[in-house]
Amino acid sequence: MIKYSETHEYIRVEGEYGFIGISDYAQKQLGNVVYVDMPEVGDELEAGEDFGAIESVKAASDLIAPVSGEVVEINGTLESDPRAVNRDPMANWIVKVRIADPAQLDGLMDEAAYNAFVS
Amino acid sequence: MHRYFPHTPREIEAMLAACGLAELRDLYSDVPPELMLKEPYRLPQQLSDTEVRAEFDRLADLNIPVRACFAGGGYYDHYAPAAVASIVGRSEFLTAYTPYQPEISQGTLQYIFEYQTMMSRLTGLEISNASMYDGTTATAEAMMMAVAAVRKRRRVLVSATLGEGVMRVVRTYARYHDVQLEIIRENAGVTDLSHMAELLEAYGDVAGVILPQPNRYGIIEDFTGVADMVHARKALLILNCVAADLATLRTPGEWGADIACGDAQSLGIPLSYGGPYLGYLCATKALMRKMPGRIVGATTDSEGRRAFVLTLQAREQHIRRDKATSNICSNQGLMTLYVSVYMSLLGAAGLREVAWRGHQTALYLLQEMTAAGRCRLAFPDKPFLNEFLLEFDAEVDLDRFIADALGQGILAGIKSGDNRLLMACTEMQTKEDVDRLVNIYRNL
Amino acid sequence: MNREIYGKLVFELSRTGRRGYRLPASHISENDLTEGKGEKAAAIPQRLLRGAAPELPECDELTVVRHYNNMSTNNFGVDTGFYPLGSCTMKYNPKINEEMAAHHGFAGAHPATPDYASQGRLRLYRELELALSEIGGMAEFTLNPFAGAHGELTGLMVIRAYHDSRGDTGRRKVIVPDSAHGTNPASAAVAGLEVVEVKSLPDGTVDVEALRPLLDDTVAGMMMTNPNTLGIFERNIPEIAKMVHEAGGLMYYDGANLNPMLGAARPGDMGFDVMHINLHKTFSTPHGGGGPGAGPVGVRAGLEQFLPSPRVVEREDGSLALQFSDDALGSVSGTLGNFAVQARALAYILSLGSEGLMEAGPLATLNANYVKEALKDDYLLPIEGVCKHEFVFDGLRDKSTGVTTLNVAKRLLDHGYHAPTIYFPLLFHESLMIEPTETESKETLDDFIAVMHDIAREARETPETVINAPHNTPVTHPDDTAAALNPVVTFE
Repeated sequence: MIKYSETHEYIRVEGEYGFIGISDYAQKQLGNVVYVDMPEVGDELEAGEDFGAIESVKAASDLIAPVSGEVVEINGTLESDPRAVNRDPMANWIVKVRIADPAQLDGLMDEAAYNAFVS
Repeated sequence: MHRYFPHTPREIEAMLAACGLAELRDLYSDVPPELMLKEPYRLPQQLSDTEVRAEFDRLADLNIPVRACFAGGGYYDHYAPAAVASIVGRSEFLTAYTPYQPEISQGTLQYIFEYQTMMSRLTGLEISNASMYDGTTATAEAMMMAVAAVRKRRRVLVSATLGEGVMRVVRTYARYHDVQLEIIRENAGVTDLSHMAELLEAYGDVAGVILPQPNRYGIIEDFTGVADMVHARKALLILNCVAADLATLRTPGEWGADIACGDAQSLGIPLSYGGPYLGYLCATKALMRKMPGRIVGATTDSEGRRAFVLTLQAREQHIRRDKATSNICSNQGLMTLYVSVYMSLLGAAGLREVAWRGHQTALYLLQEMTAAGRCRLAFPDKPFLNEFLLEFDAEVDLDRFIADALGQGILAGIKSGDNRLLMACTEMQTKEDVDRLVNIYRNL
Repeated sequence: MNREIYGKLVFELSRTGRRGYRLPASHISENDLTEGKGEKAAAIPQRLLRGAAPELPECDELTVVRHYNNMSTNNFGVDTGFYPLGSCTMKYNPKINEEMAAHHGFAGAHPATPDYASQGRLRLYRELELALSEIGGMAEFTLNPFAGAHGELTGLMVIRAYHDSRGDTGRRKVIVPDSAHGTNPASAAVAGLEVVEVKSLPDGTVDVEALRPLLDDTVAGMMMTNPNTLGIFERNIPEIAKMVHEAGGLMYYDGANLNPMLGAARPGDMGFDVMHINLHKTFSTPHGGGGPGAGPVGVRAGLEQFLPSPRVVEREDGSLALQFSDDALGSVSGTLGNFAVQARALAYILSLGSEGLMEAGPLATLNANYVKEALKDDYLLPIEGVCKHEFVFDGLRDKSTGVTTLNVAKRLLDHGYHAPTIYFPLLFHESLMIEPTETESKETLDDFIAVMHDIAREARETPETVINAPHNTPVTHPDDTAAALNPVVTFE
């Protein structure tokens, strides 16, 4: 299951875990990504709060947590190759979290709703 | 019209007509009439260049001229080759702005890149930004950098031996930026490292530790083991150093510091009664994204030529707004040119010669002043480079000494408390200057 | 110029053994140091000394001079040509200002010189404070802040100090228009305040109805430029000030756009309580490739005590002295500020005099309107009507050519003009912000207008020429993505 937020983060849910990244639409808006500022493993994300930022040459965008949860893994690839986000944003998630409250997923958009939202 | 404005009355008329307006006042038709100035400013009539010169001469005559300056306290009277001012005065440098258009700003971008390289080599740290306002604000920014870099910690330790002016500014920024400052006590003129250890132990949330080199008394402090103590607590070590001494004294990099900051006035910038000076800020590569201010990077252009651009801009206020690492925009651009040209001419050998000359003159001054009696080093047995604190007997009228010296064109030092005088020497004071000053003291 | 030799980095010109300096002789001999009777200093232990010397250039003076002079020819300044960079007020920097900044009575003075030996310097400082107070309509000024952003920060600290002094410590919100420059929110964050944005109306001015619900007892103040970022005068300013004051907040005037108000209106009369002035904009001190500037801060009567220390105060005998006060917000600088910049600004004010200052704002406004009217056929003007010192186009009118604001800006470089400010403000996608200033002649403006029309024509006829610009600059299309991806910030 994949859900989207109005701030263009997605969360791909696998069991009790979620993989959070930015949508294809968002990476296109941002242009060439040059840096991803990521939290540390063990940090607690709060739904609606920023947990990092993603930078292109002349823009930066806060990463807003779609749900609350503990960071269990970060995508180390992005430290050396931030442009992976441009190449394939869905494969190149940013953080993996243990979802604290699955009910929060209900407040997010599904793919069809998100596509309508950005068009 | 005034001589700086090229408009003739006929042109004004034609330009207004092109805008569909009748008179200059119509340009302000959107301003509520009650806000418009009713009469001209109550300021003097315009002056010619000659009259402006005369007015500045009149003001200058109200000062007591100083020929030999033994005052320091972080700002020093140094020699700079004439070429420095000549190059800095070129109007292509002087009248440009922030290099937003790299194609026509390679001059500015390149000298900043050279400056960054020189400061990095001087401090022994990997990166430098393109300058801060002065040493006091650079230190405050270093403090804010530490609380931004070390997550969820807002406490910073500061040595009591940090210069008074720096301390005042750091306190102000801490107060408004909600940073908790703890003062590390001093012991016999140097930072009490056991107290620092106690504070690190007592508080689990220290983001950074700020120490001076040399300190407010001119003493070179020994930071052996300090970086390990600080890093063991996951805090950052910040050293505030006099820039000119960095070619000679053990560097922030060698001490294991994470951030170096301070004033670079001592690298060729005129004293100018307080400014413009130049704050420098260097750090380890790990802190690059937390660095405030402009940074210039090297790249290539579409024809493969070396080119320089402002880089890592996503850290900055114009993009990150309230999440930026600092509110600083433009900085002291032109002052980095002073420093780059000065260091290009002096080189490492020159900087070291300057430092050891100041040291030698300071040793002579100390020897002669104490031989004259009624004064001594406030902190004997502590090493210094070119600045030291003298303590005078209570009966010595220090104010009169300073006034008598000024009467002969000598600034004797900076008074500290009732009976102490901080005295500094550079290559600018000769043996005769020292002898004259000591003679004034003897005749007090 | 021979760029083969001098187009390098200074490190590449270095040759071991060359030198470009000689220190003055000191005449102190080893004997002087061994034979004296006084105290000896402790030897400096080796562990406190640096190991290897830093790798700095070793160059002779002529090599250094040619190196930097060559570099300067790769630069564009106001003395080179027209510099219509919006919001930056790139007016002429008169030469007498430079001469006065280097005046022998000021240039060599140590900041710790006793007050009684610095009366002329303190008088200069005080005279500038008084002149700025008159021009700003404020009771008092401090010249301590080093730059516009530093002035903002200081001004916001004044506002916090004011509320704190009244025990009103719950006020942490600062309202800024959504068109504001990024520095405003960044300064607020450094000062420990939280930013709330208020929406603009379609004409770019503050929406008073959107402001009303934001005003409560958590508001510390509101920051505005006037005219605003679009060059439009905020005509509702008296009402806005009244509303903010009734809610207990203070009004902050960001002096970034003060220039057109010279000779027209004063921020103090508009209802502002605290303001800063960019001396490098309105008062013609050179921008120096990005500083040093100065950002003096003014306050209305009743707020003087909060201004940062040190202040220059007049004693009963008429002499001036530095004063540190416990009521002050603290210190924001190690000294009295960028003194040589202050000296330039005073020289400018003396040169202009009252009548010159009265002319400056209207002429800056005339120049802006003249350019705006002449170009709005080819460039999209989102907001009609008179502007003040600057205005914003939303790119070319004809959006079908694929030519962007960035392309237009780069093409201007080929014609020997600096580009306008681009992609700011964020209210429009293709912002092109033009500020001519009052020191530009009609023929310069006419030529600029002709060039802008030519570029619009090229965009229609041969768009590739514009899209691939610039064509004749020292470098072209530097790769800033590579620079950000793998930062090289020192020479290896």
